[in-house]
Amino acid sequence: MSSNVSSPEITHPPEHASGTGRIWKTFWLLSLLTVIELALGYFLYLQHGKLSYGPVITTKLVIAALTLAKAYYIVSIFMHLGDEIRNMIMTIVVPLLLFVWFIAAFLWDGNAWKNLRNTDAGSRPATTEQVQQHAPAAVDNHDKK
Amino acid sequence: MSTTAIPTNTKWWNGGRSPFNASYGKVMMWYFLMSDAFTFGAFLISYGTIRFSVNHWADPNQVFNAFPFAGHANLPLAFVSLMTFILIFSSVTMVSAVHEGHKMNRKGVEKYMILTILGGLAFLGCQAWEWTHMITGDHAVLVNGQIEHWGTTVTKNPWGAHVMHEGQLVSTPGPIAFGGYFFGITGFHGFHVFSGVIINVVMLIKTRLGHFDQRGHYEMIEKAGLYWHFVDLVWVFVFLCFYLV
Repeated sequence: MSSNVSSPEITHPPEHASGTGRIWKTFWLLSLLTVIELALGYFLYLQHGKLSYGPVITTKLVIAALTLAKAYYIVSIFMHLGDEIRNMIMTIVVPLLLFVWFIAAFLWDGNAWKNLRNTDAGSRPATTEQVQQHAPAAVDNHDKK
Repeated sequence: MSTTAIPTNTKWWNGGRSPFNASYGKVMMWYFLMSDAFTFGAFLISYGTIRFSVNHWADPNQVFNAFPFAGHANLPLAFVSLMTFILIFSSVTMVSAVHEGHKMNRKGVEKYMILTILGGLAFLGCQAWEWTHMITGDHAVLVNGQIEHWGTTVTKNPWGAHVMHEGQLVSTPGPIAFGGYFFGITGFHGFHVFSGVIINVVMLIKTRLGHFDQRGHYEMIEKAGLYWHFVDLVWVFVFLCFYLV
């Protein structure tokens, strides 16, 4: 096992599994998760326009959760990150937690943008223009605002 | 299946050894992939923000419903499922190559690297077909009261909201961001697949020349494998954001 020590930096050479059982187990698991995702996606297609907002968004969140599960298995088993020591895992995983905030903040912002589009908030005539219609002292009014 | 024999009192931070119990090259490959994850993440989040900000977005089941040689049959999700399974399978062959590398089995590494390369080429072929179909397909769109026939490009999006026109339901132009994001993000991913295939070909040649046997280990296959699995990982998210939801 330790015959192929790849680098003097490695203090404890990892012991590699001799069989391929874990690889195939992961393959079937990933396939199963993908098939469930596809089934849910097809369900959304069949029910398109018939479901209210709540069930649609719930189904989409379930699909997203299944995607995260797939990502976990790919990274942990195919990329062997699960076999690395904790120090190594943490330097990869902790920075990626920034995504939690990125996703929440930006999607929230996108949604707020849509709400602005759908109100007259963006197209409301500016107050200075209204004032100018009957009073030339627009600059003064503008300053008071 | 490692880390079985590591004593808990190992002083990782006292110097003289890698505190990550990994070689420099492998650690740096991980950090490169993390930075690449942020690049893809930024693209996908930007796409999500724009998609959330408009009232109507293209319905993926309507856009991606074609299959090669199936004519105009309505087959939502079918082709992208094929692409997904091709990538998952090429991940399995890649991890098998890494596995054979641990056993110092050159023939096994060669076999699985060839299969991985073929999987990558098959995926690229699928993507080329899909892009061609998207760009050259023509869809009736109501533009200024006239019916025009549009493909999906970075400047034209025929997948807007539907309106009644002369007794028929026709599409109107949608946000042009759709094509830009679709071709931009799947193109960036496709370019990663392409460079992954190139890297794998280089690894196959080096394996055949016996470089890793001379070196005494197949760690380069592991590093190429990390990159290849990352490409699969990104596809999982592209698949989610563009095709499923």
